[in-house]
Amino acid sequence: MAQLTMVQAICDALQVALEEMPEVLLLGEDIGKNGGVFRATDGLWEHFGDERVIDTPLAEAGIIGSSIGLAVNGFKPVAEVQFLTFIYPAFEQIISHIARLHTRTQGAFPNSIVIRAPYGGGIRAPELHSDSTETFFIHTPGLKVVVPSTPSDAKGLLLAAIKQPDPVIFLEPMKLYRAFKEEVPAGWYEIPLGSARLVQTGTDVTILAWGAMVPVAMQGASECEKSGISCEVIDLRTLDPIDEETIIQSVTKTGRVVIVQEAPRTLGLGSELMAMIQEQAFYSLEAPMVRVTSYDVPVPMYALEDEFRPTAEKVAQAVYKVVQEGGM
Amino acid sequence: MIQWVTPKGKLTKQGLKHWSKFSNEEKREWLRWMILARQFDRRAILLQRQGRIGTYAPLEGQEAAQIGSSMALHSEDWVFPSYREHGVALKVGMPISQVFLYWMGRVEGCKPPEGVRLMPPTVPIATQIPQAVGAAWASKLRKETFVSVAYFGDGATSEGDFHEGLNFAGVFKLPVIFFCQNNGYAISVPFNRQSASETIAERAKAYQIPGVLVDGNDVLAVRGVMEEAITRARNGDGPTLIEAVTYRKGSHTTADDATRYRPSDEVKEWIEARDPVERWQTCLLHEGLISLEEIENWTHQCDEQVDEGIKEAESSTPARATHLFEHVYHQVSRKIMRQKTECETREIPWLN
Repeated sequence: MAQLTMVQAICDALQVALEEMPEVLLLGEDIGKNGGVFRATDGLWEHFGDERVIDTPLAEAGIIGSSIGLAVNGFKPVAEVQFLTFIYPAFEQIISHIARLHTRTQGAFPNSIVIRAPYGGGIRAPELHSDSTETFFIHTPGLKVVVPSTPSDAKGLLLAAIKQPDPVIFLEPMKLYRAFKEEVPAGWYEIPLGSARLVQTGTDVTILAWGAMVPVAMQGASECEKSGISCEVIDLRTLDPIDEETIIQSVTKTGRVVIVQEAPRTLGLGSELMAMIQEQAFYSLEAPMVRVTSYDVPVPMYALEDEFRPTAEKVAQAVYKVVQEGGM
Repeated sequence: MIQWVTPKGKLTKQGLKHWSKFSNEEKREWLRWMILARQFDRRAILLQRQGRIGTYAPLEGQEAAQIGSSMALHSEDWVFPSYREHGVALKVGMPISQVFLYWMGRVEGCKPPEGVRLMPPTVPIATQIPQAVGAAWASKLRKETFVSVAYFGDGATSEGDFHEGLNFAGVFKLPVIFFCQNNGYAISVPFNRQSASETIAERAKAYQIPGVLVDGNDVLAVRGVMEEAITRARNGDGPTLIEAVTYRKGSHTTADDATRYRPSDEVKEWIEARDPVERWQTCLLHEGLISLEEIENWTHQCDEQVDEGIKEAESSTPARATHLFEHVYHQVSRKIMRQKTECETREIPWLN
């Protein structure tokens, strides 16, 4: 066990994967000698060499497209896209090919690829570095989408993503890369995809969050605690497939739901969560569900990012609202 | 432009030099495969007109480019086709029935038989190019000898994926062959509106890879330059860009009308004076490697093979609706399971 930040835990996971799975290859821009712009691959190139930790030309479609050719030959490419906001040139390869290859060939050719991408805002990054467009990938059948919010989850989820056969979009909240350290188990361990994490149990309100919004949700919950409101906080961890069971169980217990989402509101995952809860647990609801999200405007330059993103205050307000409307 | 057999079926000086590189039996084989591709294609158009298959992308006119190039491949080599490479698909081992199934809207037509390294037809233009590069990369990293071929058209060379693929292949010196069939038109847009460069082959220079301009309707030359490119790739000398200049005699697809955008004298010239199958037939007849009677017999046999393929495709078990859900993931999620039940029972589960 060691005390690691999230970015160190990710690097550790990649090192373990490279050691234990000879088919694993890392591809990306600046991931070699430079160790990645966030140092997520720090030291790996020195250790594993040029044929396993590969600095590629600056070309996202080239990276993801060639990953497909590698994957059908039994390699397990773990590709880094430097920022999620830069993934769009590779979008066609992901949506039209990676997501469909297994269906199209009825399993004949493997499409086992993990695409890692730092994402989200809150770090005063330059313009066009801070999108939260997980919805595109959740909306695309054939992909799994994973977002950790702690160092140990990041390692366990990344190793699980690498081990299992389906293609995974692995989104790493930049805001949490170095936000805190925690004990991270050494060696290989997995957190199965599709399982949410109960961050805190509670009885009055269920708060659903993922990625950088988990600490925001927790802060909002602590604020409400002062007024005697007990919040259950769930970190979804995997956005597709969703851990419906954990969510529905919690909602059935609390009857109240607040969803905290960093992405703009319209057709974010929050919309789908509301639909799912409405379909599966409507009669348990004591109050209308509330979403706390970013606005439906382009992700701003950083001077206004704090205005744009959900805050603990807004989460607390939302909790008060669902509690009042429910007549608690 | 490399040309070893003239449009009139005469061997050029270079052609004479390379003639004996290939056995007479192999040279006859090329013709047989070209006839099969053509007969398949003509029947497919008829089937589309009868409503027995959907919109279809014809290949007639491009048989020499497709057969000449694919004849040079070994079974371990990878093929990343576009959607017009039926000739290539048949040659590398895709059953006729399955090519028909694809055009009948059946996903089964995407899956090659075990051991056939043929990717499904690529519809979004040029996207197969970086993928083929990845397969070549696998060969190099594993120190294997297989090569990878990306088939694409002239329009694809305007896409970013063309550049990214060639650039990667040049940087990493990968065993990949970029085989462009320049048939002059990307649907309706002629090549001079596609690019200001005179040829596609000359772009190879920018990636420090060899670029070869070949008469794509000359099966001997295509087979020859492909062999050289593959040998270079297998020897670790990296990629090659081949531009095979050809012409699709028909429309882009059965939903297209090429008379709207191609001058009729140009079409006539390509159909009457530059046909690749006739060129090779004439050459083989002239060299005494085949008789008219044999050609007639082969055509008849190919028709029968195509008939068999149609029969097999049309009598295959109809697609089951639940097939929709079977391969979306290796591990099926609850959501997909529930929707599969919804599909089977035709009831929305949460209403129960």
